[in-house]
Amino acid sequence: MLKFVARRLGVMVLTALALTFVVFYLTNLPPNLEKLARTEGSVRMTDQAVASWIENNGHGGSVFGRYAQWLGIAPGWVLTDDKGVTRGRCIQNNQDPATAATYCGVLQGEWGFSTVFKKPVLESVLQKLGSTGWLMMWVMIVMVPVSLIMGVLSGMREGSRLDRSLSIVAIATTATPEYVSGVILVAIFASATAGISPILHDWGWISGKTLFLGTATSAMDNITFWNFALPVLTIALYGIGYIARMTRASMTEVMTQQYIRTARLKGVRFRTVVMRHALRNALIAPFTVIMLQFPWLLNGVVITEALFNYKGFGWTLVQAAGNNDIDLLLGCSVVAVLVVLVTQLISDIGYVFLNPRIRLA
Amino acid sequence: MTDTTWDPSKPILEIENLSISFFTRMREIPAVMDFSCTVMAGEAMGLVGESGCGKSTVALAVMRDLGKNGRIVGGSIKFKGRDLTHMNDEELRHIRGSEIAMIYQEPMASLNPAMKIGAQLAEVPMIHQGMSKDEAWALARQIVADVRLPDPDRMLQSYPHQLSGGQQQRIVIAMALMSKPALLILDEPTTALDVTVEAGIVDLVKDLGHKYGTSMLFISHNLGLILDVCDRLCVMYSGEAVETGNVVEVFDKMRHPYTQALFRSIPLPGADKNSHPLVAIPGNFPLPHERPKGCNFGPRCDYFQDGRCNAADVPMFPVPGDDRHATRCIKWTEIDWDAPMALKASKEKTPIGKVVLKMEDLKKYYSVSSGAFGSGTAKVVKANETLSFEAREGETLAIVGESGCGKSTFAKVLMGLETATSGSILLFDENVQSTPIQQRNTDTVSSVQMVFQNPFDTLNPSMNVGRQIIRALEIFKQGGSDEERHARMLELLDLVKLPRAFAERMPRQLSGGQKQRVGIARAFAGGAKVVVADEPVSALDVSVQAAVTDLLMDIQRENKTTLLFISHDLSIVRYLSDRVMVMYLGHVVEMGTTDQVFQPPYHPYTEALLSAVPIADTKVIRKRIVLDGDIPSAMNPPPGCPFQTRCRWKSQVPGGLCDREMPPVQVLEGGHQVKCHLSAEVLASMEPVIKIAAE
Repeated sequence: MLKFVARRLGVMVLTALALTFVVFYLTNLPPNLEKLARTEGSVRMTDQAVASWIENNGHGGSVFGRYAQWLGIAPGWVLTDDKGVTRGRCIQNNQDPATAATYCGVLQGEWGFSTVFKKPVLESVLQKLGSTGWLMMWVMIVMVPVSLIMGVLSGMREGSRLDRSLSIVAIATTATPEYVSGVILVAIFASATAGISPILHDWGWISGKTLFLGTATSAMDNITFWNFALPVLTIALYGIGYIARMTRASMTEVMTQQYIRTARLKGVRFRTVVMRHALRNALIAPFTVIMLQFPWLLNGVVITEALFNYKGFGWTLVQAAGNNDIDLLLGCSVVAVLVVLVTQLISDIGYVFLNPRIRLA
Repeated sequence: MTDTTWDPSKPILEIENLSISFFTRMREIPAVMDFSCTVMAGEAMGLVGESGCGKSTVALAVMRDLGKNGRIVGGSIKFKGRDLTHMNDEELRHIRGSEIAMIYQEPMASLNPAMKIGAQLAEVPMIHQGMSKDEAWALARQIVADVRLPDPDRMLQSYPHQLSGGQQQRIVIAMALMSKPALLILDEPTTALDVTVEAGIVDLVKDLGHKYGTSMLFISHNLGLILDVCDRLCVMYSGEAVETGNVVEVFDKMRHPYTQALFRSIPLPGADKNSHPLVAIPGNFPLPHERPKGCNFGPRCDYFQDGRCNAADVPMFPVPGDDRHATRCIKWTEIDWDAPMALKASKEKTPIGKVVLKMEDLKKYYSVSSGAFGSGTAKVVKANETLSFEAREGETLAIVGESGCGKSTFAKVLMGLETATSGSILLFDENVQSTPIQQRNTDTVSSVQMVFQNPFDTLNPSMNVGRQIIRALEIFKQGGSDEERHARMLELLDLVKLPRAFAERMPRQLSGGQKQRVGIARAFAGGAKVVVADEPVSALDVSVQAAVTDLLMDIQRENKTTLLFISHDLSIVRYLSDRVMVMYLGHVVEMGTTDQVFQPPYHPYTEALLSAVPIADTKVIRKRIVLDGDIPSAMNPPPGCPFQTRCRWKSQVPGGLCDREMPPVQVLEGGHQVKCHLSAEVLASMEPVIKIAAE
């Protein structure tokens, strides 16, 4: 088991290196750097000036060398210009070059400086990740139990009326994109002019103008049911249908297995057949899918965060990409890669506990 | 939970005029019609018939588990005097598993892969007797010991996949016995197992039946097994019981033409491909919605009389004088049952020609890594060890052994699907041992062909039969034009005795036997000289088996083909082969002519194998030798003789030689080879396993 985890961690590190290099390469393509030079320097710079700006700010040289610097395994660049001012990757403003560190990359915790938010990348990424983390957690708390129960209920008696109705719900929710379901939810529950809020207000059941809040900005400081329910529901609805369908397929297959017949003919109650004999076998496939939902949530919340004006990870990613904030983009990608790899590791280990036929060596 | 009102002298199970239908969108398909049978306390009732005759449907009807589409449309099933057909789910639940238990065909599939054995066993008394968990586990431990499994504590903590097939089946039996049921239903309990394992399971079932006084409903297609296990039997054909009675009476004095035809189509000792060929039942099994009027067996019956047999439904006629013997034949009093069967023209023995295939010291090792994720030290599986033999033109060489003995690996190496690790294969004086099939030339490929075990999977489901054969002809570069190939394809259909119209049919429209014929036609498309038949009939019903074996023999006679017949079924091997090679764990343990191998002296493994095969003849007396344990893993073979762990003769060899040294090949009289340490005197003192009692 330990050996397996160690080997998987090794593979993870290699994968992380490969993936971050790809992102690094793409964000550091020459046109991007040129754009960076013009935004940082002056829009009316000559091509020559642009080239020297790139060279003077450490963006010259081979992409491998720059990647190694960013990673922190090669010494950061140091340049002394005509005026005798020494600047470098690791040298802060007004710092004496002699006291600066030689290495300053991701490994040393130096994730660079965000040009959009005007503060260190690590700080802003972690902060936004925290916000999105809350969103993800609530989505999972709502989505996983609901979808599994729906899937198991509809899969245990294939073709029954319950199965058909739950399947319709599952297909409908998963066929509705978040930007549609979000708008519908807002219109019904969080509009002062449409949906149920005006009626409730007229009856005097609610004191405010709307039942739920249409924006989740306040949730960044203080999460309440009223400001957080709609974004959570918007994301969860989509996933519920998807996981429920997967669980149903897995469950119907398990219910036709011979060992289920054995259990039934042992005189086991139908409920117990489902709970004790079918459930564990039926959860093997959906478990992998649920673990895949984490990376999807991390990057897929963009639309919902924008819709409800919730400044989380997805929103940060949009800002970074829109403003050519290279360091921030790279920081986001490092976080995304880590989340993907860690959840996959958990998924592989959990798989072993669900399925005794798989052994880890 | 014994019903106090039930009188033990009354039948445990009484099925009366039971009719079961399956309902599809198109029509109602009757699966079982007017079926009656009675099982008394402590009695073992056999249900025999070919696939599709409705025997499993009857079993599931007793359990009331016919699925969504099946329904009992008439008759009654009385268990201890109570009608099961009118019970609700709650009442049924109390009977299932506690009073009626079932044992299934595929043990692996019928155990929950994600639950420990102990939990699956303990569940039964916890549900039915309300036993505490500790008590239930203790009982489970005791029953596991009862079914003669080693190390019961470890067994209870294992998951099903950690056990071998035979062990799994013992667990399923243990599960059925957990609450001491009054009736045990066994649905082909040993079909998926090897013969030596089967013998152990059959012994166990018989002993436990006596010990607990359990009645049994034993479903099987194997008449020999029925003779071994059952007191009474019921022969089914196309959804009806056609004959029922005491096992010995039915076997010796059958009174239904189908039963008679069935016995004539199975290879009993004494049958011989040349002088006493098997008689296959002509025609095909009727589909459930195409059953003829009157007697279902009419169209295939030798005694058919138009206007009588097909006039009206035939009732069961009791046979007076016998013990509850009855037959569903309108003419049973008129048929001369003792008349010897019309002998088919006996055929000339094919002359055996020159050597076409020669193997010397062939070895095939696989290296496998043991860990699920590729770690651990690489282990070597010795699938074939020093195989040497030769096969001649027109000869049938049978290769016999249980699963895992390396017989299929050998076939793969010969075909070129795998290359040999060392040694040589000479095919028509050409070395082919290290030439994979992609690099063999068309001639070699077309002259060595294979007939596969499962005809259901080997035909392309989306291509018609004619097209598949023509494709083979194209690959083998036969015929100059499409017309020629088409003509040749029709000839091939004639060769395998299929109507020419079948060229247009799709594989799904064919029965198993017909598909296997197409497989044979395809194999012979390039004029194959050597045909490897890997269990070609084991997936087929007995009556079809006879026809397909006959066909293979006929083609062999015509084309002087060398047939390598891989099988685990010794009856059929005895019937058709000239020479036999017995394999165990990759080693050839015995080789000789059929007579030499089937008569003493035997290799100890051959002896056990022969004694394990059930024979459907009341006159045959068999010595029971039940092997202990399972076949050792080829990954970790025992030191010395591969068979030493299970050999009952081991004590006859002085000095523990078997534990240390690989036995040498002893060449006995007439070129009979035995790989054993036993001295010539001991070998000579062996008694035959099978004796035919004097009439």
